[in-house]
Amino acid sequence: MTEQEIFDKKIDDDVRIEPKDWMPEAYRKTLIRQISQHAHSEYVGMLPEANWITRAPTLRRKATLLAKVQDEAGHGLYLYSAMETLGMSRQQSLDDLHSGKAKYSSIFNYPTLTWADIGTIGWLVDGAAILNQVPLCRTSYGPYARAMVRVCKEESFHQRQGFEIMMALSAGTAEQKEMAQDAINRWWWPTLMMFGPKDSESGNSELSMRWRIKRFSNDELRQKFVDMMVPQAEFLGLKVPDEKLKWNAEKNGYDFGEIDWEEFWRVVKGHGQCNKQRLDARRKAHDDGAWVREAATAYAEKRAQREATKKGA
Amino acid sequence: MKQDYVLHLADTHLILGQRLGEWCGHNVVLEQDIAMSNIALDLLGQCRSLYQYAAELGGNKQTEDQLAFLRGERQYKNHLLVEQPNGDFAFTIARQFFFDVYHQLLCEELVKCSDKQLQAIAEKSLKEVRYHLTWSSEWMIRLGDGTTESHQRLQTAVNELWMWTHELTTTASYEEALDVPRPSDFKAAWHAKVSAILKEATLEIPAESTKQAGGKEGVHTEHLGFILSEMQMMQRTYPGMTW
Ligand SMILES: [Fe+2]
Ligand SMILES: [Fe+2]
Repeated sequence: MTEQEIFDKKIDDDVRIEPKDWMPEAYRKTLIRQISQHAHSEYVGMLPEANWITRAPTLRRKATLLAKVQDEAGHGLYLYSAMETLGMSRQQSLDDLHSGKAKYSSIFNYPTLTWADIGTIGWLVDGAAILNQVPLCRTSYGPYARAMVRVCKEESFHQRQGFEIMMALSAGTAEQKEMAQDAINRWWWPTLMMFGPKDSESGNSELSMRWRIKRFSNDELRQKFVDMMVPQAEFLGLKVPDEKLKWNAEKNGYDFGEIDWEEFWRVVKGHGQCNKQRLDARRKAHDDGAWVREAATAYAEKRAQREATKKGA
Repeated sequence: MKQDYVLHLADTHLILGQRLGEWCGHNVVLEQDIAMSNIALDLLGQCRSLYQYAAELGGNKQTEDQLAFLRGERQYKNHLLVEQPNGDFAFTIARQFFFDVYHQLLCEELVKCSDKQLQAIAEKSLKEVRYHLTWSSEWMIRLGDGTTESHQRLQTAVNELWMWTHELTTTASYEEALDVPRPSDFKAAWHAKVSAILKEATLEIPAESTKQAGGKEGVHTEHLGFILSEMQMMQRTYPGMTW
C-alpha cells in the first residue's frame, strides 16, 4: 500500500492519525488552519469576558468568572500544543494572529455591555462551542481529539454557569429581566453565525468531512443549536429575536429566519465593532511581555551555564 | 473589634485579588496568565471565608457581599500596598512578593492563635501562600538576574513600592487588643526574607524611605476609590438584587 492508501484506510477505519504518521500536505494544512482558528478563539475569547471580572456583582460570580476565563487560557494552551505537533510553533501562530493573517471566531468581536452578556455568552456561546466541539472529540487527528476531550468537559461547566446567571436574572426584578432580554437580542444572531457559512457556500467543508476532521455540516449544527436553545429560552421567559421562528412538526425541528450574511462577512473581514480593539489588546499584551520573556530566557541560560561550570569544577 | 480585624484581612485579600484580576486576559504569556489567575482565585477564596466570618461576628445578618460591595473607602481596611496599580509586570511581581512574604509569616502565626475559625482559615491558606511565595520569589530572581532591562525595571519597582511595605509590619489598635499575631513582631523576619531574595536577585535593598501607613485604619491612597467604584458598581446601581 502507498502512504496515501494507508492514510485513507486509517481514516475509513476511524483509526487516529498521530503526529509521526504520514499525512497528505492538504490534511496537515487544513488541520493547522482549523486548530489555529480554534486556539486563537480561546485566546481572544478571554477578552470580552475578562472585561467583567472586576465588575462581577458578587464575590462568588467574580471567582467563577475568573476561573472560567482561566479555563479558556488553558484551552488555548492545549490547542497551541496540538498545533506544535503539526510543526507550527506557538510564536509563528501568534505572529499570524497579530498580523491578521490567522482568524478567530467572530463572536468575540462583539462587545460585552452588561452583566447579562456574561450569562448569555456562557449559555449561548459556550453552548454553540459545545455543539461544534463535541464531535471534535472523535476527529481524526489524535492530539486534536484528545485536547478536545479535556476542553469539552470544561465547556459544559461554563454553559451551566452561564445558564445559572440567566436563571438568576429571569427570577429577578423587571430591570434584570430586561437586561437578560436585551442580551439575547444582541447575542442570538451572532451566535448562530458561529457555525459558519451555509453549507452551500462553505468551501472547506467537504474535504474536512471526507477526512473526518469535521463530522457534521455547518447547517446541521446550526439546526441542532436552535432546537436545543429555543426551549431553554422559553424556560427562562426570554423571547428569541426571530419573527420567523416556528416549530415544524414535519422535520421535527424549528424553522428559523435567515442570518444577515452581510453582517457575517463584514465582521469576518475585520469590520466588527471590536475587531481592532481585540487584536490591539492581543498585540499589546504580547509586546509588553517581550522583555519578560527575554529575561526568562536569559536567566535560564545563565543558570544552565552556572550549573555546567559547577559540574566542570 | 474582632470584626475590624477580620475585615482588615478580608479587604486586603480582596483588593489584591481584584488587582490581579485586572491582568486576566492581558498577561505577558498564557502560562503566567493562568498562574496569576490562580493566585487571584486563592485570594478571592480566602477573602470569602474571611467575610463570611466577619459577617457572623457582626451578628446583624449581613452577607459577604454586603461587606465587600457596600462599604466605602473610609471603611475599607486593606494595606496601602495592595491597592497600588499593577504597573508593568515587574511592579506586579514586586508587590506580590512583598505581600507574600508578609502573608506567609502572618499565616504561620495565625495557625497558632486561639480563634478556631481564623486558625482553620489560616491553615487552609498556608498551603496556597507557600506556593504564591515560591512563584513570586522565582520571578524576583528571574527578572532581577535576567537582562539589564528586566533588572532595571524590577529595581525601579522595588524602590517605588518600598514606602508602602512599611505598613505590612505595623500593628493596628484592634490587633493590640486581640489575641492575634502582631505584625510588628515579625518585622525582622520580613526584612530578613526580603533581603535574602533581593540579594539573590542581584537587586539593591532600598535605603530607608518615608513610611506610609493608614490603610489598616481606613485612610487610603486615591487609588482605592476607583477600585471600589468599579468593583461595587453592580451592587450600587442595582441595590438589593440577587445575581
Ligand atoms: Fe474554551
Ligand atoms: Fe468556555
